[in-house]
Amino acid sequence: MFLCMIGRAVTRRKRKFLMTAGTVALGISLATAMLNVMLDVGDKVNQALRTYGANITVEPRGAALLGDLYGIGEGEGVADKFLLEAELPRIKTIFWAFNIVDFTPYLDVQAEAEGIGKVTLLGTWFARRLDIPTGESVDAGIINLKSWWDVQGPWLKDDDADGVMVGGLTADRYNIRIGDRIRVEVEDRTGEKRGTELTVRSLFHSGDKEDGVLLAPLAVVQRLSGLEGRVRRIEVSALTTPENDLARRAAQNPNSLSRHEWEIWYCTAYASAIAFQIEEVLTESRAKPVLQVAASEGAVLQKTSLLMLLLTVLSLACSALAVAGLVTAGVMERSTEIGLLKALGAGDWEIVLLILTETLASALVGGAVGYVAGLGLAQVIGQSVFGAAVSAKGLVIPLVALLVLAVAAGGSLPACRMLLRLRPAEVLHGR
Amino acid sequence: MKNILELHDVSMVYGSVTALRNITLSIRQGEWTAIMGSSGSGKTTLMNVVGCMNKPTHGTVILDGEKISRLNAKELTAIRRDRIGLIFQEFHLISYLTAVENVMLAQYYHSMADEEEALQALERVGLGHRAGHLPRQLSGGEQQRLCIARALINHPKLILADEPTGNLDESNQAAVLEIFHKLHDAGSTIIVVTHSPEVAEHAERIVQLEFGRMVRDGAPARPMVA
Ligand SMILES: Nc1ncnc2c1ncn2[C@@H]1O[C@H](COP(=O)(O)OP(=O)(O)O)[C@@H](O)[C@H]1O
Ligand SMILES: [Mg+2]
Repeated sequence: MFLCMIGRAVTRRKRKFLMTAGTVALGISLATAMLNVMLDVGDKVNQALRTYGANITVEPRGAALLGDLYGIGEGEGVADKFLLEAELPRIKTIFWAFNIVDFTPYLDVQAEAEGIGKVTLLGTWFARRLDIPTGESVDAGIINLKSWWDVQGPWLKDDDADGVMVGGLTADRYNIRIGDRIRVEVEDRTGEKRGTELTVRSLFHSGDKEDGVLLAPLAVVQRLSGLEGRVRRIEVSALTTPENDLARRAAQNPNSLSRHEWEIWYCTAYASAIAFQIEEVLTESRAKPVLQVAASEGAVLQKTSLLMLLLTVLSLACSALAVAGLVTAGVMERSTEIGLLKALGAGDWEIVLLILTETLASALVGGAVGYVAGLGLAQVIGQSVFGAAVSAKGLVIPLVALLVLAVAAGGSLPACRMLLRLRPAEVLHGR
Repeated sequence: MKNILELHDVSMVYGSVTALRNITLSIRQGEWTAIMGSSGSGKTTLMNVVGCMNKPTHGTVILDGEKISRLNAKELTAIRRDRIGLIFQEFHLISYLTAVENVMLAQYYHSMADEEEALQALERVGLGHRAGHLPRQLSGGEQQRLCIARALINHPKLILADEPTGNLDESNQAAVLEIFHKLHDAGSTIIVVTHSPEVAEHAERIVQLEFGRMVRDGAPARPMVA
């Protein structure tokens, strides 16, 4: 009988039912879209923000120290400090391995180039596929890390033994063109000169100090300088959580934290925690967060998420309010009916249950429609705002179901309060 | 015969309005009583008190041996459900349920919906052929008969009808009165509120109210039919 009543109430009062469903659908579609965008595009936003560059640099311990203390630049007296290239894959084994988006090593040496004179020859990885100790493989290298560089011609290949890329500044000054051949000579540690002839494959503009260098595969520079297996610096790009007070204290001195604080810090993706973990796996290394960039990446993402969360909450609150209006109007319209049920002996909770079930039924229909519409909306938002497709996250479904329940229950609340106060004697005799 | 309903010194005050003043009245089982009085004289108020929809501000009401003026809202609901059949001037049928479903609704809140029994009840008021119709597809008289069938379905001890014929034309009024006669003959206790002397004279006893006071209580003076 109960179900029969609901069924009849729903089918014979279609307009009201559909209006409630429609209201819920509106709110839920926005919520679905926002949640999906938030959960999926969050990563994509961060990837986009990564174009600001690496946010952690790693140097040999002594070099970093001296460099910090005396402002001594690279290659001026600390040339004997190096990191080991073979250890690089370990970066992808730290606790926050999945937050490491990309990294690349550098080895810079002073070279004599024919027609140019003294110039820095910089070796790096371009796009290296690494097999990491966990059995997976990852890609690392400068191509992804410096995706905003303006390159005329192709990027080098890591196994290109006689190719070179020339920074825009040097290229302009010495009128170097793609296809030119440049002879370079490097003095190795024993004072012996080794030379080779390189072909200019492409020119690049970085907008930074690299514009003055010759860029070559790491292996080539190592061979010329006799520094096989060595690198002088690593740049790491990691997704990070914005720094807070704890992170700042930890960055100054990890030993000042209590055991418990330390664990929280270690297990949060602060740039300082990630840097600390990198130091743990690379011998004699010193990793430093490049603070402003790290902070802005995390903060922008957090603000975007906050904004979307706010929109979600607002849209749901609006839809709950609208549902409340509709349900209350419905109860008012049916006050004699409800009075009659009370007169017939229906308990208060039985009537509340009836109204709740009716509302919930329409909310579920609206929720289902809203979910589907929301997925579509998420695509539109993803494409137009972030330029990326949004995949439907499974997590959103239970979340949305909960929200539908909340909206239905919240929306029925004022109506239920009214309904409990309703006295059959007053409504049944037309007073 | 024993009293099914006793009112002792019952008063009902709404703010400055005294709707009932010191009513003392007892009604025997099987009696058919008409309550008359001008508009605003307190008839509906009296019905609400007797029908467990309102508690009097003063006095005691004993229904079927139970002192209902002392019960709380929940207990009143139970008494109303089990012992009282209510018939309204405006019928108050549920618009989206069919005739038989409207009757079954009363069964549902009382004990258990039983379509067979509900159909029989419709049959008794002459609506067997309209069981599947919605209230708006029925005439006023048919709607009132449906309302009566609903009031009777749980075999109430007391039937309360507030102006049951107020919205009906003469032939429908006659049909409703005929049903009341049948019920009376079968031993039901009936209290009917009415404006109409014509309806009142079918009862065994007429109680007259004026400004909340009982001013007359006795058998109808049957006029000679010319
Ligand atoms: N809930 C109420 N609040 C205030 N006054 C009421 C209420 N119910 C009835 N009254 C007053 O009590 C008096 C009797 O009303 P009622 O019993 O409905 O009269 P009748 O049914 O005889 O027309 C009227 O003056 C009416 O205004
Ligand atoms: Mg009245």
